[in-house]
Amino acid sequence: MAGSAGGEVIMMANVSEKKDGSLLLAIETSCDETSAAVVRGGREVLSNIVSSQIETHRRFGGVVPEIASRKHVESITVIIQEALTEAGVSRQAIDAVAVTQGPGLIGALLVGVVAAKALALALDVPLIGTHHIAGHIYANRLVGDIVYPALALVVSGGHTELVLLPEEGVFKIIGRTRDDAVGEAYDKVARALSFPYPGGPHVDKLAHQAEEEIVLPRAWLEDDSYDFSFSGLKSAVLAEINRTKMKGLEPSFGALARGFQSSVVDVVTTKAMRAAAEFGARQLLLCGGVAANRGIRERLAALCGEAGLPMLVPPMSLCSDNAAMIGAAADLKWRRGQFSSLDLAASAQVSLEAWSVTL
Amino acid sequence: MHDWSEGGRQAAGAGRFVLELRSEADTVRFAERLADLCVPGALIALDGDLGAGKTRFAKAFAAGLGVPGMVNSPTFTIVKEYEGGRLPLYHMDVYRLSIEEADELGLDEYFEGNGVSLVEWASLVEPLLSPERLHIRLELTGPESRLAICEPIGARYEAWCRELGLRPAKGGGERR
Repeated sequence: MAGSAGGEVIMMANVSEKKDGSLLLAIETSCDETSAAVVRGGREVLSNIVSSQIETHRRFGGVVPEIASRKHVESITVIIQEALTEAGVSRQAIDAVAVTQGPGLIGALLVGVVAAKALALALDVPLIGTHHIAGHIYANRLVGDIVYPALALVVSGGHTELVLLPEEGVFKIIGRTRDDAVGEAYDKVARALSFPYPGGPHVDKLAHQAEEEIVLPRAWLEDDSYDFSFSGLKSAVLAEINRTKMKGLEPSFGALARGFQSSVVDVVTTKAMRAAAEFGARQLLLCGGVAANRGIRERLAALCGEAGLPMLVPPMSLCSDNAAMIGAAADLKWRRGQFSSLDLAASAQVSLEAWSVTL
Repeated sequence: MHDWSEGGRQAAGAGRFVLELRSEADTVRFAERLADLCVPGALIALDGDLGAGKTRFAKAFAAGLGVPGMVNSPTFTIVKEYEGGRLPLYHMDVYRLSIEEADELGLDEYFEGNGVSLVEWASLVEPLLSPERLHIRLELTGPESRLAICEPIGARYEAWCRELGLRPAKGGGERR
């Protein structure tokens, strides 16, 4: 086999005659969700089954996460069968199997990777190990045409990254969080405001309802940095609550939520727009589970409108973790005949840049 | 599956030690020196309220191990694994787990692995932790200053506390 475990081998398969209408079965088990999907031509979602099967905002209201491998094991075969049935395709019609190889929880990832290998071997079709964040970004291709160079703002529970795509399938990380992801920052502030975990969406809602705002600091970091930091903002919220309580007063949670949201939205969207201008992006892609956040979505749409920069954002069902987005990203490699070997290893930390297509 | 009887798990602690951290730089130095002492299978159980500086401590601890690249919060993903340092680092945040979920997740495989486990909010899953470990609780004493309250369980960790020059706590200094 080509080198170490998980080493990608390039097999130039004869796929050209099928590449437009090809059917990819995609599997995603990187964290909380077990998901399988059938995607045609990297663009058309024939099915997209997610274990929790409920809207994102309800999910974040406290459904038990399927972090344990055992839970994924229990669900995976049922979910895959359901994806095939709903798509109305037989196993034999599948052209390739795509699976999230990382990043994520290793025990959870393993279940999807093992299932995908077994299927690829049994059906004698190629296996395509896929990067989870590439999936989030290429969820946008399920809703529109991506124009390059494009800039992606990935905001999810566990990730906050600015990714430049100079051309199709090529990823360059230009900024990332140094401490909390945006989703984590929302959930932690929600804890401080006495919402049960995970309470991020409550903070978003409270911020929109509040009429007053307590102005909180913005963490811009170094002048030329596209990195993010939200721990100082979290501390500022806690300090404000303590200060108010010491005076014997009740802190205004609404005004604090609004102040927090303003700071996050201001920093995230300003950096995204600055990066888009600097790198000459012709399109802005918003993605990840926190793309549901109204504050970020609305401000970014407004800024893109002013700048004349087209913006894409997938519907919520394709923003939270799901397998269709993995199928969309895997299509990049399918069309180029760049497949994984059957010794593909799940990996908790895997580089997005290294996952770029081979030009 | 984990044996829920607590026999032997709660070995008697050697008492508590405290260290005053007057600034963020003190916290960083403490975490780096602690990292220097770590051996495969070491378990650091880190507690402290929101904003106490657990992630800051973890970043410095990772740097002390020589972990390259960005080390950020594991709250959402629960575990982040880092290779490339002197030892692998398993950085965890178990805040959003119940004991049952944490048990099913197989955290013990990390604890018994070849790396060092640093577990934020560890007290929430105390029955699942290795019999020997070092508890550290960070308490806010000012905007920049913290008090580190350490409770070693096992002779190795007690020796570390002495080597790090921590002061034995008299009576007070409750970990929780």
